[in-house]
Amino acid sequence: MSYAVEVLNMTHVYVTEQGAMLAVEDIRLGVRPGEFVSLVGPSGCGKTTILSVIAGLIQPTSGSVRIQGQMLSGPSARVGYMLQQDYLFPWTTIWNNVMTGLEITRQVSDETTAYVRQLLQQMGLAGLEDRYPTQLSGGMRQRAALVRTLALKPDVLLLDEPFSALDYQTKLTLEELVLDTLRAGRKTAILVTHDLSEAIAMSDRVIVLGRNPGRIRREIEIPEPIRSAMPLEARELPDFHRLFRELWQELLETEGEDER
Amino acid sequence: MTESIAKKQEDGRVERAGDRIAAEALAVYMRARRRSGAWVLTAQLLILFGSIGLWEIAGRHKWIDVLIFSYPSKVFGLLWENLLEGTLLPHVWVTVLETLCGFLLGTLCGTLLAAVIWWSPFLARVLDPFIVVLNSMPKVALGPIFIVAIGPGLGSIIATALAVTVIITTLVVYTSFKEVDANYVKVVRLFGGNRLTVFRRVILPASFPTIISTLKVNVGLSWVGVIVGEFLVAREGLGYLIIYGFQVFNFTLVISSLFVIALVATLMYQAVAYMEGKLSRRL
Repeated sequence: MSYAVEVLNMTHVYVTEQGAMLAVEDIRLGVRPGEFVSLVGPSGCGKTTILSVIAGLIQPTSGSVRIQGQMLSGPSARVGYMLQQDYLFPWTTIWNNVMTGLEITRQVSDETTAYVRQLLQQMGLAGLEDRYPTQLSGGMRQRAALVRTLALKPDVLLLDEPFSALDYQTKLTLEELVLDTLRAGRKTAILVTHDLSEAIAMSDRVIVLGRNPGRIRREIEIPEPIRSAMPLEARELPDFHRLFRELWQELLETEGEDER
Repeated sequence: MTESIAKKQEDGRVERAGDRIAAEALAVYMRARRRSGAWVLTAQLLILFGSIGLWEIAGRHKWIDVLIFSYPSKVFGLLWENLLEGTLLPHVWVTVLETLCGFLLGTLCGTLLAAVIWWSPFLARVLDPFIVVLNSMPKVALGPIFIVAIGPGLGSIIATALAVTVIITTLVVYTSFKEVDANYVKVVRLFGGNRLTVFRRVILPASFPTIISTLKVNVGLSWVGVIVGEFLVAREGLGYLIIYGFQVFNFTLVISSLFVIALVATLMYQAVAYMEGKLSRRL
């Protein structure tokens, strides 16, 4: 079976003057094409480290990452990354912001420009191209950031708690929008989150990480019909709460182990 | 009140009671502001003309030593005379030119130096102690060195102004470069951007407001450098007029030069502040 993202025996150590800190140990992870996987775990379990390695931002101390079978050596246009906040450049317009990726990778053409316009339309941002980020609401800004990421047509989308800074209503709307977009484009996604209900509602599979060092504790497949329901409906389904408790229990045990 | 019910206007807009209350509140606020503004202005004019008047009276009644402190009508008389004779403006022009060169070059070189240091963390660590020493040093003390190295004249005056401004600019701009949110850098790196791309797309635009505000600081510093430089070598310029007036014991000339410096320096500062406003609005 071929994976869209494959993490092979990855271990990463952060080295500073204070010493070496083992962040994650022996991570093995395979994500199938089109699959949506969430990583949950206590803070300090290395979720963001794993994401940064898959994004090619950091070279793991040992082990490797394959994207669609190819070894990863640095940031790649096939992998898109959504940060915790929008981080749109405040000094320039929305249009220049969403074109940033295309400009840096020198892919600006009539075709890609038309695609960006289409994305803006889909995200309800048409007509706001000349505004500055500060003139937009938090939800609009995060949608603009999504356009900036999707403009490069990545096959894999890494989501680093992209909804955590938003208010609840905006967050739910955006979850739907993102999931819709991902399913329509058959994209593979890895979401890092603190929010268990978000993880269950959006994912096909949830991976629970432990800490000190970060390692995979457990994987939970999300059963139908929660899996294919949209996030808002999924939260209403009968099995949702059972899964929530199961995950919650797992996390409590993780915390418990730390204290021993 | 029946009036307060929303009514449709001719252009189709609906005027609501809340809009009118808001407009009234704004009017009250603006009136209060204008009134307090008028009081501030009155107090300022009182201080200005009061002190000039007092000075004039003290001078005319010989309460103060006129030879040293002069008095306003003599000062303005001399200024008017020199203006008519055409001997004032060339001095003003030279000094303004030197100051402009000083602060523009200082800001430019300081920013370039900051960019170089940002580019190479190795260089940053190597140069750190030298910059600390240079920054602690009173730069105008280098004046005599510039004079022998560059020769007495415009060059060494501008060099003095440059010396005063460049190091502090480097420090301020470099700090601003370093304080740019790492997540903006991450955005560019995620798209595969290299260090030059990061600098061009993030570091420089994010620090632009800081660079512009160092321009404002440098106007003041550059004046210090230029006036000291002129004290040392000049044959013309406002600093020269001060030293010349001092040497021939013409303190009316000294005070009138001080007055012109205050005027021109303020104008220059305001011009830069205006520019800053324009540029930062565009950002």
